[in-house]
Amino acid sequence: MERLAFEFHAKRTIAQRAHVGVVGSNDLEVLLEPLDGDHAQVTVLTSVDGFRDQWSAVLQRFFSTYDGAARIQIHDAGATPGTVLLRLRQAVEVGEP
Amino acid sequence: MSRLQGIDFVHRKSFIELNARARAKALLDEGSDRELLGPFERIASPWLAMQGITPQSDDGCVVIKGAIDGAPVVVLALEGAFQGGSLGEVSGAKMAAALDLAAMDCEVGKPTSAILLMETGGVRLQEANLGLAAVAEIFSSVLRLRRHSPVITVIAGTVGCFGGMSLAAAASSYLIMTPEARLGLNGAEVIEQESGVEEFDASDRALIWAIHGGTQRYAIGLADVLVDDDLAQVSRGVRECIRKGPRAEHRSEQVALYRERIAKLDTSQQTDPESLRATWRKSSEQ
Repeated sequence: MERLAFEFHAKRTIAQRAHVGVVGSNDLEVLLEPLDGDHAQVTVLTSVDGFRDQWSAVLQRFFSTYDGAARIQIHDAGATPGTVLLRLRQAVEVGEP
Repeated sequence: MSRLQGIDFVHRKSFIELNARARAKALLDEGSDRELLGPFERIASPWLAMQGITPQSDDGCVVIKGAIDGAPVVVLALEGAFQGGSLGEVSGAKMAAALDLAAMDCEVGKPTSAILLMETGGVRLQEANLGLAAVAEIFSSVLRLRRHSPVITVIAGTVGCFGGMSLAAAASSYLIMTPEARLGLNGAEVIEQESGVEEFDASDRALIWAIHGGTQRYAIGLADVLVDDDLAQVSRGVRECIRKGPRAEHRSEQVALYRERIAKLDTSQQTDPESLRATWRKSSEQ
């Protein structure tokens, strides 16, 4: 298991928190909640070691369109990058209906 | 009830395909749900990360208070996709405490039923002794609550309900299963591992379902309601059980009946699932 942390710039505050996903095989859990300040914090706990670059790339892709000041916690059980991106976008949809 | 009789397989709403939280919410009156110790409380297992396993923020146990047809209920749903729905220190404590709160509500004149949505292999091996202790607590909490209000267990599948939690399921007031669900103390692979493949072939799915499956469990009187994998049917089954109220005599109190059942078994020849139905069906009808 590996613990990773990332930070991104944010331009706006968000109002609602959101929780999606399950820590099941090939899936992940995302907890998204408002954070004070002008940045977003992402922490990842993943069962698969050695994929920091891939996590960084997926999160950069996500934050190229998302600008909320959020604290995002990810519990991952070996999801593919595509699944990670879908879950992150789903969390945004749930939080900003 | 036969398989998917009279329901539109394509347009039905599957219950099995919902995750634990969605299952719990789907049974409750709309807007009545209030989750207790939800994911943002972050009361996860402290033991899994130490063993290199990613924890889940609700420890795989969803507790939602709400109402069904206006009557107070608490739904406890185990998430089968997380660690096989296994019961650890935290998820076990959540279940036992929620059952006790429901019993306390009953004892002060506010009848509250509990609905257990079980998808579990039983005790979480990584938290062995704490999980075992939790099962004991849950069992005693079920016994306390079922005197006042129905404790309704739903095993929808596809994980099923095994190990210590099969005891809690069996001690419930009412047990609802689907044909996809399985219920057993030991799972097929455990039996094969301990007693050999001649005793039980864990790769034989037809055999497993013929013994542990919902259809068989219902036919031999160990489950009360058999429903298809359809939200409307599961929901109707739960409502009917709530309406019946506490059970006059629980299975676990029918000692003479079950002794007689075991005495009736002819161990000189191999019992098969069909003949077991014939032997046991009648004696289980109250």
